[in-house]
Amino acid sequence: MRVRLRFGKLGKLRWTSHRDLARMWERALRRARLPVVYTGGFSPRPKLSFGLALPTGAESTCEYLDVELDQPDVDVEGLPGLLTPALPAGVDVLVAGGLEERAPSLQQEVTSCQWELEVTGWGPPELERAVGTVLQRSSLTVTRERKGHAVTDDIRPAILHLAVGVPSAAAGEPGPPPAPPAEEGEATPGPAPVLLRAELATQPRGLRPAELLCALGPGLEEVRVRRTHQWIERDGARWEPLPLGATDAPRALERVS
Amino acid sequence: MSSLWPRIEPLLAKVQKPARYIGCEDGAQQPVHSPGTVSWLLVYPDAYEVGLPNQGLQILYEILNERADALAERAYAPWVDMEALMRQRGVPLFSVDTHRPAGAFDMLAFNLSAELVYTNVLNCIDLAGVPVRGAHRDQTHPLVVAGGHCTFNPEPLADFVDLFVIGDGEEVAGEITQVVGQWRSSPRPMPRQAVLRELAHVAGVYVPSMYEVAYDGPRIVSVAPRYPDVPERVEKRTIADLASWPYPKRQLVPLTEVVHDRLNVEIFRGCTRGCRFCQAGMITRPVRERPAEQVRRLVREGLDRTGYDEVSLTSLSSADYSGIDEVVAGIIGDPECSGQVSVSLPSLRVDAFTVGIATEIQKVRRTGLTFAPEAGTWRMRQVINKLISEEDLYGAVDGAFSQGWRRVKLYFLTGLPTETDEDTLGIAELARQCVAVGRRHTRDASVTASVGGLVPKPQTPFQWFGQVPVAEMRRRIGLLRDATRRERGVALRWHDPEATLVEGLASRGDRRVGAVIEDVWRGGGTFQEWSERFDLGLWEQAVAARGLSFDWYVHRHREREEVLPWAHVSAGLHQDFLWHDWQDALAASGVEDCRWTPCYDCGACTGYGLEHVVASPVPPAGGSQGTGQDLSRGGAVPVELLHRRPLEAGV
Repeated sequence: MRVRLRFGKLGKLRWTSHRDLARMWERALRRARLPVVYTGGFSPRPKLSFGLALPTGAESTCEYLDVELDQPDVDVEGLPGLLTPALPAGVDVLVAGGLEERAPSLQQEVTSCQWELEVTGWGPPELERAVGTVLQRSSLTVTRERKGHAVTDDIRPAILHLAVGVPSAAAGEPGPPPAPPAEEGEATPGPAPVLLRAELATQPRGLRPAELLCALGPGLEEVRVRRTHQWIERDGARWEPLPLGATDAPRALERVS
Repeated sequence: MSSLWPRIEPLLAKVQKPARYIGCEDGAQQPVHSPGTVSWLLVYPDAYEVGLPNQGLQILYEILNERADALAERAYAPWVDMEALMRQRGVPLFSVDTHRPAGAFDMLAFNLSAELVYTNVLNCIDLAGVPVRGAHRDQTHPLVVAGGHCTFNPEPLADFVDLFVIGDGEEVAGEITQVVGQWRSSPRPMPRQAVLRELAHVAGVYVPSMYEVAYDGPRIVSVAPRYPDVPERVEKRTIADLASWPYPKRQLVPLTEVVHDRLNVEIFRGCTRGCRFCQAGMITRPVRERPAEQVRRLVREGLDRTGYDEVSLTSLSSADYSGIDEVVAGIIGDPECSGQVSVSLPSLRVDAFTVGIATEIQKVRRTGLTFAPEAGTWRMRQVINKLISEEDLYGAVDGAFSQGWRRVKLYFLTGLPTETDEDTLGIAELARQCVAVGRRHTRDASVTASVGGLVPKPQTPFQWFGQVPVAEMRRRIGLLRDATRRERGVALRWHDPEATLVEGLASRGDRRVGAVIEDVWRGGGTFQEWSERFDLGLWEQAVAARGLSFDWYVHRHREREEVLPWAHVSAGLHQDFLWHDWQDALAASGVEDCRWTPCYDCGACTGYGLEHVVASPVPPAGGSQGTGQDLSRGGAVPVELLHRRPLEAGV
């Protein structure tokens, strides 16, 4: 049977790459002794399918993994409790759900991602102005690198939503983690970061948060970037591949801090 | 002391592979620092992905953290991009476990596995905020320690390292902890030199500042202790029984890509094959096997805990382990291991038996097979005492290709004593023959011959041999290129002879070479073992500036009477044994493996009251390499091994 898992990637683990994460999952599934279906051939690998790669350095509360299991009656609800201890602290399985055999892949389905970006370099007023300017434009042509080649195209259509935000905890959403605990020592110097909320399209060519900051102007530096939602647009409505239960996200944040 | 993490994290977005710096591996520890605890920072002076898997470091990490009076964290050399940012922002070298500054530890302990990392050692000491020269340090600084195979010639680093550990570190790490703990807790601060003198009394510890070297021109006249209570010779430490040290128990599982990313279980330590070029085989005697039951338990528990699907049974020659076939079959057949586990044996022996095991264990994932005949002709292999007959090699290669492998890799050395062009070209001939054998089974059989230049190592019979110069190494590689260019199926790879030259300097240098290492480091020459960073020009300049010469240290044949720079450090091997073995080499005469034959008193057992710990009294099955050798012709016929050494050719 096919199973979809939603997991978070928080804390120091954000500095691992997408490939690193795939290896962590392979080991975790073996540790949990789940009967994962393997590919054939001389170099068999477990059949895992991840959604859109998260940039190295970004956090997330909405990563997805589809796994094919060689067993018809898996206790799907028990999977988060089984898998989370087998994963490094910072990667927590939040929800699990069964998946139809013919369900389309995450890569095909997801149309946009929602991001929270904590940035420094500019104060809130400057950032407000830059955001306003970008949103007023009908097109925004930039040159960026894709697979080693320079690509010039219009990124404006990929910016679905952009705003300088209030701290997200106040808005009732999973927000940035609390300040590092006292034992972490010296505080980060410099002015407080400003929060930017963005929804960026993933198709036909996705826009990355770092590229968005580049387009806003020079001197902006990201302090923390977090993906909070991946959206599927279907029949005029927006869906999450697996919605988060109301109590799950805060628990994940506790474990990593 | 607080964590540097808030100052480290902002740098990570700007560097390659930031996961090198975060720690968080499964098995990582977060020890609690307190005044009564001796804190060790175990530093691997190379990039994280090379250093993390190092088993020696992981063993000490666990043993020290199990002690009530010690704790240990880890650090790795930051890559050049990270180092530049750290220096720019004033961030010192840090541990990856709690991100504590390196200078806040009591001990900075380096693992020395290869000579080309020496400049990185200086760089790490400097990044820790500690003076690079021992003479400039005071009570506020950590003690700088080094262990690992390179310490069998500690002299090139003598000015930078306060104390060296010679041999196995399992026991001595605790003894050093006790001395340092007393020093740290003494009400009146003892001067640094006093604690170092105390440490010089610990068996296996070499404190270079307690010794005076006298020179006559370029020659060393003597290396003598400054004080009567300091030993004239430092004897290596050897743990008698590997079964008492079932470590690592919780092998670190990295979060990012590293070399040897799999479970490693050490099945024995030491090797008595007696390959004359092999320093590891000479300095780690005798053979100490881990009991099969313990091996099985470490494998099962390790796989369960880590989720790895590959285990490597490590040693210097794993097919020589008593009953290796049963152990391997046990792992493959263990239902607990769920049938998806592959086993790898580093350094495969060259014979059909070994290929049989390889076939068994690589059912799951079949990559290339690697053999190390090391030399191209039987005469040459007798010189280096790597007694593989051509029948053995072709039998192994035939086995490999018949079992479905399509690529075989062969390791060779050039620049060997008495090597002629015929011997060199023998490498191409062997490779060609191996392809021909492979073609019987598959049309696209390919053989890669990988050729390295010999670096004569201290504490081996070749320590007196003058290393072949770069130009001559190049000529020999050229011969091989010409000979293999038109050979379908043969690919030739070679090691940079310039790097080999510098390895030679660092391997057999004395204290005066330390200034060269310092100059190269100050000139920006870090990560010299990385070909894209290696810079021969820096080394040549420094050697010239210090009035030294490569000829003296590297290319010159040494004399029996001269005082070798490392003579006051002992691996237990009698100098007479090494010299006679060197003479046997020149006479192209091989010696047997003493594990299964009468002792020829090299000194490693008798001098320390040790014995081989080997489960099987008879040699393993296989070709001539396994059953003892008919040294007169290298045939595969087993012979009765009654001779005492040395066996002359033709006996």
